[in-house]
Amino acid sequence: MIAAFFERLNDTQGLNFSIFYDAFDRSRFLTGLWTTTYICVVSILASLAIGLIGVWVAGSGSRLGRLVVRIYVQFFRNTPPLVQLSFFYFAVGSMLPTVSDGFGGQSPLVSGTGWAIIAFSLFAGAFNVEIFRAGIEAVPETMVEAAESLGYTRFQLWRQIVLPLAFRICLPALNNNLVNLVKTTTLAYAIGVPELLYAASQIWSEMFNVREMMNVLLVVYVLLVAVLVWVMHRWEKAMRIPGYMP
Amino acid sequence: MKAGATDLPVLKPFRAAPIAPSGLAAPALLSAGLVAGTAIVFAASLAVAQASGPAARDGAVTILWRWAPLIFQGFLFNLLISFLSMALGTAVGVLFGIGQVSPSAALRKPAWAATQFFRNAPWLVLLFYAMFLLPFEIRLGPVTIAFPAWIKAIIGLALPVAANVSEIVRGGIRSIPSGQWESAEALAFTRRQTMWMIILPQAFKRMIPPWMNLYAILTMATTLISVVGIQDGLTVTRAALVAESRPELMLPMYLLLLLMFFAYCYPIARLTMALERRFNVKG
Repeated sequence: MIAAFFERLNDTQGLNFSIFYDAFDRSRFLTGLWTTTYICVVSILASLAIGLIGVWVAGSGSRLGRLVVRIYVQFFRNTPPLVQLSFFYFAVGSMLPTVSDGFGGQSPLVSGTGWAIIAFSLFAGAFNVEIFRAGIEAVPETMVEAAESLGYTRFQLWRQIVLPLAFRICLPALNNNLVNLVKTTTLAYAIGVPELLYAASQIWSEMFNVREMMNVLLVVYVLLVAVLVWVMHRWEKAMRIPGYMP
Repeated sequence: MKAGATDLPVLKPFRAAPIAPSGLAAPALLSAGLVAGTAIVFAASLAVAQASGPAARDGAVTILWRWAPLIFQGFLFNLLISFLSMALGTAVGVLFGIGQVSPSAALRKPAWAATQFFRNAPWLVLLFYAMFLLPFEIRLGPVTIAFPAWIKAIIGLALPVAANVSEIVRGGIRSIPSGQWESAEALAFTRRQTMWMIILPQAFKRMIPPWMNLYAILTMATTLISVVGIQDGLTVTRAALVAESRPELMLPMYLLLLLMFFAYCYPIARLTMALERRFNVKG
């Protein structure tokens, strides 16, 4: 039904939405969508882990640890993500050994998708460190002191008191950063990762339907972000601290 | 403040500067450490390249020295693009931002929708959009206005900038207490007068830090134009690497470009934070 409608649209109006009736284009587009989702989800999880580790190291007594985290955060926040990605993919990637792919050929140790995930995780992770730090600083010292006087160890204190509070406080800022991360995944196009933008560009260069694909692409990305924002807002509401108004 | 919420100081205020140096420890000491750290990494990669390169040909330092001016020129082109897109984006964004707080729904809703749409679309997709869908020239009767690629790139980058400026302006105007509006009304100011003479001058200084932050983000985003085939710093760096075809040079070459951006964006970030702190105190 849908396929027939879009086929007719192409014949009568010249609007060629090939992804809706052509099985090959559709599968390419969906694969791209899947790759984008995959990169997003893995990078989000990894960047959250990096943020937590970073803020833990920065908050520990070690001076060297603090310095390393600070250099990492400032460097990744003040340089273009596209150049970071090129740096990882071309410069670091070329220095790593290749592995045999089992068919007699050699393939790089980390694929383009792998480098994209690594670069985006480090990029978003640098922002997360800062966001978590601000959230943790918003937890009053009295609360920490009270917990300490009750005999909490540092790990227990973090897990049961500081992090649950800090996490709720920094959730809005975290949302912004995660939305940014989803938008940043388009950069993977530059190193030839078959994500949504790449798939769309392949389709429009073969079917000559730049205008249609471009609009589809824009709508899909806005929807993707809208879904993320909606889910996070629901979560924010469910997790909100009674009586706390930022 | 919503109903049902107490105004007891349950928790301290949350302050996450969008891009600003963190207060992880004493700033002066660590800034020096930061510069030293990046310099060490760069020097180390250069030394490794120098040592591992073939002895018969030019050393890594010589090659880097040869290409550095050209890469810097490309970087300056990035900055030029960033100035122009920021100017265009700000001009359009301010209009949209004021539209977002307009009393007429016919103006407010489209402004809101456009802002949200362009804010949530990826920069690269918007850039593609502008590059492919804008005509290469516009005919207005006898006059033909040419649209070369770099102008289209400026427009493409200005779209998300305008949307973000619109949000900054809206936020700034909203942050002015409603008492200001009411007293202006009591003094028989028209809405336009109130906006231009009372609200915007006050909101202006609160908009400066996020605006500068956006500028830093835009500067970093200008490298995207290399993806759509415009010669910028990243393109030149790649071309240099292809011309020399020395794999051991890749690390220092890309680091050089990264350092150029870092040297430009980091002071902006520090200044943003300093301004933010200053305006916070005055409130």
